[in-house]
Amino acid sequence: MSIPHLLVHDRRDNVGVVVVEGVKAGMELLAVVTEDDSDFTIATRHDVPIGHKIALTDLAEGDTAIKYGVDVGRMVADTGKGEHVHTHNLKTKRW
Amino acid sequence: MKTNGKFYGYRRENGRVGIRNHVAILPVDDISNAACEAVASNIHGTIALPHAYGRLQFGEDLDLHFRTMIGTGSNPNVAACVVIGIEPDWTQEIADGIAATGKPTASFSIERHGDINIIAAASRQAKEFVHMTSGLQREPCNVSELWVAAKCGESDTTTGLASCPAVGNLYDTWIPEGIYGCFGETTEITGAEHICAARAATPEIGQKFLRTWQAYQDEVVEPYKTSDLSDSQPTKGNIAGGLTTIEEKALGNLEKIGKQVSYIDVLEPAEAPSSGPGLYFMDTSSAAAECNTIQAAAGYVVHCFPTGQGNICGNAIMPVVKITGNPRTVRTMGEHIDVDVSGVVRREMTIPQAGQALMDVVIQTANGRLTAAETLRHNEFVMTKLYRSA
Repeated sequence: MSIPHLLVHDRRDNVGVVVVEGVKAGMELLAVVTEDDSDFTIATRHDVPIGHKIALTDLAEGDTAIKYGVDVGRMVADTGKGEHVHTHNLKTKRW
Repeated sequence: MKTNGKFYGYRRENGRVGIRNHVAILPVDDISNAACEAVASNIHGTIALPHAYGRLQFGEDLDLHFRTMIGTGSNPNVAACVVIGIEPDWTQEIADGIAATGKPTASFSIERHGDINIIAAASRQAKEFVHMTSGLQREPCNVSELWVAAKCGESDTTTGLASCPAVGNLYDTWIPEGIYGCFGETTEITGAEHICAARAATPEIGQKFLRTWQAYQDEVVEPYKTSDLSDSQPTKGNIAGGLTTIEEKALGNLEKIGKQVSYIDVLEPAEAPSSGPGLYFMDTSSAAAECNTIQAAAGYVVHCFPTGQGNICGNAIMPVVKITGNPRTVRTMGEHIDVDVSGVVRREMTIPQAGQALMDVVIQTANGRLTAAETLRHNEFVMTKLYRSA
């Protein structure tokens, strides 16, 4: 298999992690789900640094972000599929 | 997988096995640092452990100070210990606690003698201890005799994908063989506390964990927060690395305890485990040097430290093995990394292979290989303090 650009922990996740440097807007990314080694492709709509997340589906403000198959916070802005997900659009439900 | 692993370690008077052979010069208090550093400067083969506290502490905070001091001197990586304090009573109490292990221990108090006389006397004693211990021979020991602590730092999204699962694989492999393990970072479990509670060996132990976790929320976060902890947890480094929320950070952190093992007790800071071999949760800060220091004081002899963005910390007496899955960190600060598992994010390496690579380096470290942090002289020794002194 080619080296993946994006890793997803769990099939239920709606965000994935960029694991290579140099991801630019418009690139077609190879994504692998580590849980079962399944793969798919997704186009990114932003330049995204290594380690940062992108949305795997269209997410609306108020939606729950899912990673590791569980709740990791609340979307605070509408975010399209392939867009960068970070502190500007995702907040903790805890502190 | 059984490793049937052996390594060469130092068997101490109390039967515990150390992997380093330090003669420690331990200050009871902040104002005795100067004398301890002078002794360590005089005598080759010794290490001073300066720190910031030890005066006018009381209650639970003083108990923790004593536990940390005595535990540090008692750690099997310490062959012999010279304790120096300003006043004789606390100094002797700490030295007696360390001497209970059977190791050579001496105490010196500075009051009525002055630094210069004490530095001379303690230097002579330290020199004798170096002669007594530097010729000790390593002997074959079983991997099951290792006490292996873990804590992650400067985490990012790769820690949850690669380096923390590698540590988890080590625990899943070695805990059944009989090692002692330890994880902590009370605040950093926030967002996954229910998952952590479920990993306890019994519901009672899970409840004990939840009480410890809740106590931090009630006694520290609520009284002292100005807005929330968003500026501290996740840290700026975590956020730069792509971690967005404490929930996401906590889930990555918990990958360190593997898939199969459960923890068998919840320890106070610096408390030595007393329920036999197995994995323990310790109530610790999530700050690297503080957490490592109290894990070493509990008796752990080697440490597995996953990092994403590149935490550089070590520990004065417990070798810290640094492991990363972030290829940029390998490229930009590789001198701090002992185990490169970035192959995991390229899908060139499986988690069991990453775990095996880590176990290989832990065995090499136990045999005497210096870690990256040791070669770079990262001798952090940072006391945990519970509240202001009197």
